[in-house]
Formats: sequence, structure tokens, C-alpha cells
Amino acid sequence: MIKNVTIGQYFPGDSFVHRLDPRTKLLATIALIAVVFVSTGFAGFAMIAAFVLLTALSTGVHLKFLFKGLKPIMFIIIFTFILNLLFQQTGGVLLQFWIIKITTGGLKMASFMAARLILLVVASQLLTLTTSPISLTDGLESLMRPASKIGFPAHEIAMMMSIALRFIPTLMDEADKIMKAQKARGANFETGNIIQRARAMIPLLVPLFVGAFRRADELALAMDARCYRGGAGRTRMNQLKYGARDLIAALAVAALFALVILANRFCPF
Amino acid sequence: MNDVIIDARDVCYRYESGLSDAVSHLSLKVYRGEFVAILGRNGCGKSTLAKLMNALLLPTSGKITVDGITPANEDECYQVRRSCGMVFQNPDNQIVTTIVEEDCAFGLENLGVEPTLIRQRVDEALAAVGMAQHAHSSPAMLSGGQKQRVAVAGVLAMRPKIIVFDESTAMLDPIGRRDVFQLARKLNREEGITIVWITHFMEEAVQADRVVVMDRGRIALEDTPRQVFSQMDKVLALGLDVPEMMKLSARLVAAGVKLPQGIMTVDEMAVELCRLK
Ligand SMILES: Nc1ncnc2c1ncn2[C@@H]1O[C@H](COP(=O)(O)OP(=O)(O)OP(=O)(O)O)[C@@H](O)[C@H]1O
Ligand SMILES: [Mg+2]
Repeated sequence: MIKNVTIGQYFPGDSFVHRLDPRTKLLATIALIAVVFVSTGFAGFAMIAAFVLLTALSTGVHLKFLFKGLKPIMFIIIFTFILNLLFQQTGGVLLQFWIIKITTGGLKMASFMAARLILLVVASQLLTLTTSPISLTDGLESLMRPASKIGFPAHEIAMMMSIALRFIPTLMDEADKIMKAQKARGANFETGNIIQRARAMIPLLVPLFVGAFRRADELALAMDARCYRGGAGRTRMNQLKYGARDLIAALAVAALFALVILANRFCPF
Repeated sequence: MNDVIIDARDVCYRYESGLSDAVSHLSLKVYRGEFVAILGRNGCGKSTLAKLMNALLLPTSGKITVDGITPANEDECYQVRRSCGMVFQNPDNQIVTTIVEEDCAFGLENLGVEPTLIRQRVDEALAAVGMAQHAHSSPAMLSGGQKQRVAVAGVLAMRPKIIVFDESTAMLDPIGRRDVFQLARKLNREEGITIVWITHFMEEAVQADRVVVMDRGRIALEDTPRQVFSQMDKVLALGLDVPEMMKLSARLVAAGVKLPQGIMTVDEMAVELCRLK
């Protein structure tokens, strides 16, 4: 059961978006998040939603996966919606009873906040669905590299992330083995209240951690043996390269940005 | 063959927490192009010696020269690691990245080699170990023997002159073990790479050019496999096994069958037994 856990949620494919440089996708996602907050009207949100939806459709990723990310934050979305609805008191009154007064301004604000949250999640979901964890790491390292001039450990963070990705399946395997071994000795992981179950995890976690530290030790030695000495002077076999594709994507996002700003200014709703 | 590539002279090494020397007053010469097997019971200092050859450890006293370099400062250590690669025991704990070919490239990337040249060397190395068709796989999907071959490719891509295998077959199934051992033999014969093969398997040791038996940080025996294993009592006293065929021939001789000394493999035994008729 433990083996079914997937790392990240990459959905392999060969679409235009899949083949974009990870840096382009990271920057485009940041731009999308920005434009979601820039938008102040229904027209703007409609355009962003259409853009995200069309992009998603073009990737061939199942829309089910796209919206799965919303589930855990559904509560927050509903809560913000209600809060805005009740406490934003501008514009004409729509509905009034007892101490509750709902206004047009409140409804508008509440819908915008909900739309922002939903678009935010869906856009970042799109990024992780179409980019493998390892190229995401490469992209992040490359984007953070300028910051390493002022001492920001860009290479180290990327290396840590990729080693973590490398060892998650190994440690999962190990956890599985230890669990089976403990079960064979009569350990019980499934029943009892939450405290009992947490206690039952101790004989699983202790050997898992001890094993992880031993692995870390050996890995460090193996990296030393292959002349690893940090990011300085290091080259990469697979260089990230921007192509025509990335230019098209950048222009599309820029156009969206411009349209949303125009809509804010000239569209009455 | 009389060109010395690793020259250890009176080397001692003591771990900080160690009560006695893990390697003590050890002198050993390894010749260019040689296949040397190192044997010895658990804790006799084989891995420590391997790490000294690779400049992962520096001797507490004495000197070790590898391909003309006696490492003292950090730069010299990296030079030694370049010419002397190392394959460890646990295949899982020496693969760094999530894609086979990227792991192969790891060493060259560390050396700052140009990307196109890395690509070329990685492709060559993966082909040499027979893993080219798995270049884009995740190591997690491979068998132990395959992972170990990837580890060899990672070392091979750096074009070392020596490769030290520290019990690299110990965790493998018989097929993976044979594959990795044959690979090391092939690299030795065809590429002329010097191999230091640390093992607990006597069947592997008998195929080496030379066998070195260690005991408590020192060298106890050092000769051709035939000479070493013919001293059966000594070998057993050093906590080692002798190849099955040597035991069998000893028992046959004791039972009155006339067999020559030093039969080590099944094939040799078969030939000698057929000759009896
Ligand atoms: N990191 C360490 N710190 C302290 N002592 C150590 C360390 N590593 C090894 N030793 C000790 O040094 C001695 C030699 O260890 P070494 O690992 O070289 O033996 P080995 O021949 O490789 O054994 P094995 O066959 O079990 O791999 C042992 O007595 C061991 O306990
Ligand atoms: Mg050892």
C-alpha cells in the first residue's frame, strides 16, 4: 500500500506545454498568479480562466487531476467567500434579513476572491502536472543561480531536492520491508486509537531513520569518490535551452496580461 | 607489467575512534593492468585500504602513491580520485540522480567537462556496461546487478586508470554477481584498466592475477591464486574459505586418488579426473 504513493504528480506527455523549458513554465506560472491578483473585473477573470482551461486541454492532462488540487482547500475557498459576502458592505443591497445584509459589492468581492484562489491552485497544478520533478528542480536551480552570487545556496538546494527525489522510492521500499518484518513479529499498525497507532509507528520510524542516516553517509562518500565539490566549476550534461516554443508561450502570457489590464480599465463589469 | 601504479609504503591508518590501526604498516604494490583480489575476514581493513587508494582517507603515517601522485592537499586528492575510481557495495547508496544517464554524467559534471563531451563519454560508458537501452530509466526500476553496472558506468565515464571494487557483488543475486564480475574482467582485459577486487567469494578470487590476503590491517599472504590456496591450512586459519574444488581434491588425494596440486576450478577438476582413466 505504501508503494502507491507517487512523488509529485507528473503526468507524462508530449504536448506543447510539456516540451516547454521548465524555466518558462515556472515564470509563466508566476506571471499567471500575478495577473490573477491584477484583475479586478469579471471580464478579466473570464479571460484568465479561458486561458488556463485552454492550456490545460491542450496538454491532454485529465481535467479531473487539474481540479483534484482544489479539494483540500475547498473549505478555505467557501470560508473566504462567505466572509467577504457578509462583511463587504458596498453597492446596492441585494438581500436583508435579521442581522445579515448582502450587497452587490460584497457578492462581487466574494466571487473575485474565490475565483482568485481557484485559478491560483489550478495554474500551479498545471505546472506540476506537466513538468517532471527533476526538470522542475533543474529549472529552479537555473532561475536561482543569479542569487547564488550573493551567497544564496541555489546549487545546494537543487542538489538536496534531487537527492530527496532519488531516495524517496528507496526509503518507501525500506519502510515497506520494515513494516512487514514488524508485522511478522506481531506489530499492529492498523487498529487502535490515534495515540496507539502513533506509538505503533515508533518501531517503524526508528530503523527507518537509522537506515537513512547510514545511506546518507555512504552516499556522501560515493559523491566524494566521484570528485563532487559543490556547485562551483560544475557543468551539466543537459543544458536548458530556450527555443521558439518558449517565445510563443511568453508572448501568449504577455498578451493575456495586456488584455486583463485593458479589461480592468475599459470594461464596466 | 612491472610498471607500478599503486605503491603503498609502510601505510598506517587509525580511525579517530579506533583503538588500534585499521591498516598497519602495510606495503603493497599494484601493477598497471593487473587484476588483484583482496581477501580477508570481516574488519581486517580491506575497505580502509580501498579508501586509502582513493584518497577518501589519507594515511596517518606512511605514503601511498597512486599513478604518480602522493596526495597531500585537496587538489591532489581530486586528481587521485580521477585516476582511481571506486564502486561500493550497496548499489542503492551510490547512485545520485533519478535518471540513469544523469548519474553517469555526475562525475564528469563535477570535473567541469564540456556538455557535448560529457554526452559522448556517457553514451560510451553506458554502452560498455550494456545499459544503453536503460539510459532514460529510473534507477529505482533496475535490478541490483543493473544498478551496479550503472555505478560502474558512472566511474568508467571519468576514464579512470584503476577501479577499486569494494565487495561490489556482495549484495547481488548469482546472475547479477556474475555479470558485474565479468564486466570487471572485460574492462581489465580489453581496456587495460587496473582492477582491485575486494571480495569474500573465493570463486572470484581464483580468477584474479594475484591474491592478497589481509589480516588485522596487515598483509598475511600475497601470491598467485594457485600458490595462495594451495596453503590450505594457512588460508583457513586466516578466516577464509578455500575454493570448493580445492577441498574436493584434498579429500580425493587423502582417499588415495592421484591428483596434481592446485586444482581450483570445476573445469580443471573435470580435465584432471578424465585424465585418470
Ligand atoms: N568509521 C570508522 N570509525 C572507527 N572505526 C572504524 C570505522 N570504519 C571501520 N572501522 C574499524 O576499522 C577496522 C577495519 O574496517 P574495514 O571496514 O576496513 O574492514 P573490512 O575488511 O572492509 O571489513 P568487511 O569485510 O566487514 O567489509 C574494523 O575494526 C572496523 O571496526
Ligand atoms: Mg568492507
